Amino acid sequence: MGLVEDKRRLDGDFTELYRSHLRDVYSYAYYRIGNHHDAEDLTEQTFLQAYRHFERAQRESDGRPLRPWLIRIAHNLAANYYRDRSRRPQTHLDDAAIVSAPHDTETLVEGRQELAAVLEGVANLPDDRREALIMRFALGMDNREIARALGRTEGATKVLIHRAIRQLEEGLEAGDDER
Amino acid sequence: MSSIQDVEAMLRSALVPVEPSEALGDRLVRGLSGLTDAAADELADWELSAMRDPRNWGRPAAAAMVGGAAAGALVLARARQQHQRRNTGGLRALERSLRDVSGDIRRRIGR
Repeated sequence: MGLVEDKRRLDGDFTELYRSHLRDVYSYAYYRIGNHHDAEDLTEQTFLQAYRHFERAQRESDGRPLRPWLIRIAHNLAANYYRDRSRRPQTHLDDAAIVSAPHDTETLVEGRQELAAVLEGVANLPDDRREALIMRFALGMDNREIARALGRTEGATKVLIHRAIRQLEEGLEAGDDER
Repeated sequence: MSSIQDVEAMLRSALVPVEPSEALGDRLVRGLSGLTDAAADELADWELSAMRDPRNWGRPAAAAMVGGAAAGALVLARARQQHQRRNTGGLRALERSLRDVSGDIRRRIGR
């Protein structure tokens, strides 16, 4: 009886984790890898692996959110993806970020160019800086969560993000000067 | 381009969350079904004589755990698909799926 109840509770908890974070894992995979096809593969593998270790992760999480653990699984799988296939993230995504607010044509074109430059700049950052920015801006994770996902201290994570933004800013300025 | 704040604003616009496709839900169901089938096969292949050897006791238990885990994940994937098709009755759909998969697992392990 106890085992059945435990199993039912565990399934319910995993259902909640899945519902809450499918989009997070997929967004992370998409921006990390750069195309929808491989992002789907990575997302699928992440959840399959997560379920195999879910009970232990939940036991050891001590009540803390499991999103960093989930993203860490995706992070490790993505690292294997690059190592196995000697790939680099795609500079040009399948379809670049959407400019959501309506604009006139000229503004829209400028906006798209600007966003494309930002995405290209992010893709060209060192792995750890790129990942930190994806977690912060695409997933909305705070420093503590990012630190757990990357296996760093909060202080080191704060510095990492600051440097990533600085490097991106310098790259964008250099791009502006060239145009 | 002049400040950190500008770059942060652009990052917020550029790195928008991306919605996964419906097809990904189907793939997850298939992947988890594969785990369930593998666990069921493991149980079917395991003969009673092996029970006399304590070294073998861990294998079927592990298979049952993986099968159960995959079944649970299958439930949630199915439930999510149903939930997306119908906004109402999601909990009933989840209960139905749970019953279906539990029954399936019980049949497979002959209980």
